[in-house]
Amino acid sequence: MAQRGEAHPDDIPAVLAVEGHHGPVVHAVNRAARLLGITPHERIVDMRSLCPHLRVEYGDLAGDLRLMDKLVLWSRRWGPWSVRDGAHSLIVDATGVPHLFGGEVALLADIEAQMARLGLTARPAMAPTWGGAWALARYGTARAIADERTIANMLGALPVNALRLDGACVQLLNRLGLKTIRDIAAIPRLSLARRFNRAALAANPLVRLDQAMGRLAEPVSSEDAPEPVRAIVRLPEPIQDPTNYIAGSCEEVCRQLAKRAQGCRTLHLTVFRTDGEVASVSAATSQPSRDPAHLARLFEGKLEQIDPGFGFDLITLNADGIEGLGAFQTGLDCTQESGLTLPHLIDRLSARFGAKAVSRPVAFESHIPERAERKVAALNSAPMGETAFRERPIRILHRPEEIRVIYAVPEGPPAQFIWRRQTLKVLRYNGPERIAPEWWHDLPGTRLRDYYKVEDSQGRRFWLYREGHHEDGRGGDPRWFLHGMFA
Amino acid sequence: MSRIVQFPRSHTLRQTAQVPVFVEFSDVFLSGLSDAGSIGFLLAQFAEADKAILWAGDRQSFLEDGDLYMTSRMKPGFLHCTLPRAHDVLQAMEDGLGSSDLSAVVGEVWGEPNELTFTATKRLALRAEARGIPCVLIRHNAKPNLSAARNRFRIASLPSASNPDDPHAPGDPRWRVELFKSRSQAPGTWIVQHDRTADRLDFTPLASDGSVGADHGAAGRGTPG
Repeated sequence: MAQRGEAHPDDIPAVLAVEGHHGPVVHAVNRAARLLGITPHERIVDMRSLCPHLRVEYGDLAGDLRLMDKLVLWSRRWGPWSVRDGAHSLIVDATGVPHLFGGEVALLADIEAQMARLGLTARPAMAPTWGGAWALARYGTARAIADERTIANMLGALPVNALRLDGACVQLLNRLGLKTIRDIAAIPRLSLARRFNRAALAANPLVRLDQAMGRLAEPVSSEDAPEPVRAIVRLPEPIQDPTNYIAGSCEEVCRQLAKRAQGCRTLHLTVFRTDGEVASVSAATSQPSRDPAHLARLFEGKLEQIDPGFGFDLITLNADGIEGLGAFQTGLDCTQESGLTLPHLIDRLSARFGAKAVSRPVAFESHIPERAERKVAALNSAPMGETAFRERPIRILHRPEEIRVIYAVPEGPPAQFIWRRQTLKVLRYNGPERIAPEWWHDLPGTRLRDYYKVEDSQGRRFWLYREGHHEDGRGGDPRWFLHGMFA
Repeated sequence: MSRIVQFPRSHTLRQTAQVPVFVEFSDVFLSGLSDAGSIGFLLAQFAEADKAILWAGDRQSFLEDGDLYMTSRMKPGFLHCTLPRAHDVLQAMEDGLGSSDLSAVVGEVWGEPNELTFTATKRLALRAEARGIPCVLIRHNAKPNLSAARNRFRIASLPSASNPDDPHAPGDPRWRVELFKSRSQAPGTWIVQHDRTADRLDFTPLASDGSVGADHGAAGRGTPG
C-alpha cells in the first residue's frame, strides 16, 4: 500500500525519510522518484546527488501504524477476521465471503475501490494461503486470484523474494542460481530439508514454500472460534442514523440465537464509516437474552454516542457472551405478565446510565467501615455476604469530614463541635468502639479509630470518630471526624 | 415523653385507628440538613417487602447526606442507582415503576431542580397507581411546593428513647412523622418509635396542638421481620 497521496503532484520526485544510523534514509518513494532510481533504505544525501531537486518529507511511522491498525478493523467489512501483516499490509480471511460481493473478482474490485476512496492505493490479491496471497499481492499481476489448482502455477513464475524470506537467504538462493519459486519447487525435498534443517522460519525456503502452497498449515486464526452471531446491514447509500436498522438487526441476531438455543449477554453495534473509521457502541444484559424488543431498547439513547462522520454504509450487530438459553414457557395460559422483570430492568437502567451507576450493596469481610460494603455492578451477580452484627449507621459519607472541636472532654466525644458551619451539642453518646487499622492493607503509621454514636440536641444521631489517641507516636493530637448518620 | 398527656379530642380518636403508610406516590421532606431519620423510617416500613427495592438518587444527595450504608441490614434484591442529575432519577423511577418485580421505588433529589415539575410528579403518581406499589421521593433541602404526590410527609428525628442499659447512650430511634397532605389517609402527626428488639414501629398520634394522644401504647403496628 502506498503512502497517502495528498495533493502531491506525481511528477515531482518526493521521498519520505526516517532517521537511520548515519543520517536520514529513504523510507518510501513516489513514482517519479522511483523512475529516477531512488530506492528505499538508501541515504538521503546519496539520493540528493542523484536528484538535486528531490523533495524530502519526514515519515510518521507511528502514525502509519495507527492508521493500519484502524484499517485492520475497518477491513472486517470484507471478512470476519483480519490482522495486520507487517507494516503496510493486512490479511483478511474471506473464506465463504465472496458471494456476498458478487464473486471474487468483484470482492477485490470493491477492496480497491473502497481503499481508493480513502486515498490509499491497495494491491489486493486472493489465494488459499497466507503466503500465496502475500506473494501475489507484491509480485503477481494486479488483482491476482489463485485457487488450490492454480496456485502452484501462479506462484512458480514469481521471484524467490515472494516467499517471505530474509535478504541473506534470498541472496544465497540467487547465488545458487535459484531465481524463481519454480526453481526451488523443482529441487528434491530431501536436499532442501537437509540444507536448511536448522534455519529459522524466515530463512527456510522449504517451510515457506510449503506454507505458500498450502502443504503446511498457517492458520489465520489459531483457535477454533465458534460461528459468530451477527447481523449485517449493507446500505446502498451512506446514512447518518442507524436507528431504523436496530430492530431488524436485533431480530436477525435473535433468530440466529434461537436456532442454537442460546442467548447473548453483550451486543456490539458497529458502523463502518465511509472515511475509514469504525465506531461502535455496546450494550450488556444481566442475564442471557434473545428478546429482540428488549435488546433493541438497550440501544435507546446510546446511538447518539456514535460519531457518524460523513455517514456509514455498513452496520453490523455482533452478539457476544453467548450462553445457553433454552426455550421456556411463561405460563399455562397465554397471558404474559405486564411489566419488566428484574433482570430486564437492570439491563435497561445499566444501558441508560452506565453499568457502574446501577449497583447492589455487597458485604465484605472488613472491620474498616468504608471497606465493609462494596457496590457491585448489578449486571454482575455477586453473593451478598454476611450482615454485620454491630450497630452501623444508615448513611455514610464518601469521605469522613473533619469536625472542629469546641469543647472537648477527656473521656468520650466532644461536648460541642462545628460541622459544616453548624454548631452541634452532644447530649448523649455511646461508645467507644475501637477499630484498628488493617495492617495487611493499610500503610504503616495509620492510626486507629475510636467510634462514638452521638445524639445532638435536635435528635440527630451521628457517628464520630477520633483518629488515634494521645501519645500513640503516630502524629500529633488526634483529630475528630464525622463519618455517618444513624436513623 | 415529657409532654403533658391531655384528654384526647374526638377527631384524634378517629385518627388513631390508622397509622400513616407509604402507598401510591408520596414525597418526603426532611426537617434539616443531614437528617437520616426519614431513611430509617422508610427502611423500617419496607422491611417486610418480599421483592426488590429500587433506590435511585442524584449524586448531590449522596455526596451531601452520605451514601446508603447497608452492612447491618443486608437484603437481597436491593438495587442502588447513583445518577448525575435529578432528571435521571425521575427517569430511573419511571423505569422502576414499569417493572413487576419491585416492591417499592425510592428516589432522592437534592434541592429544587427545574425538571421536578408538577407534570413529572403527576407521571410518577399515575404510574405508581397503575403498578400498585409505593413510590417515595425524598426531597433534600427543598420546600414543599406544588406536587401531585398523593401523600406528603415531613419527617424529623427526635431525641431517642432512653436506653435501658446505659442512661447516657441513645436508645431506640424516634421520629416525628407529619402527614400534612394526603388523598387517601387522614393527615396527622405521629411520634414513631422503632422498637429494634421486636423490629416494630410504635405510632403515637400527636394532637394538632402538639399534645400526645392518650392511647399511644395501643396504637402500635407490627412489622414482622
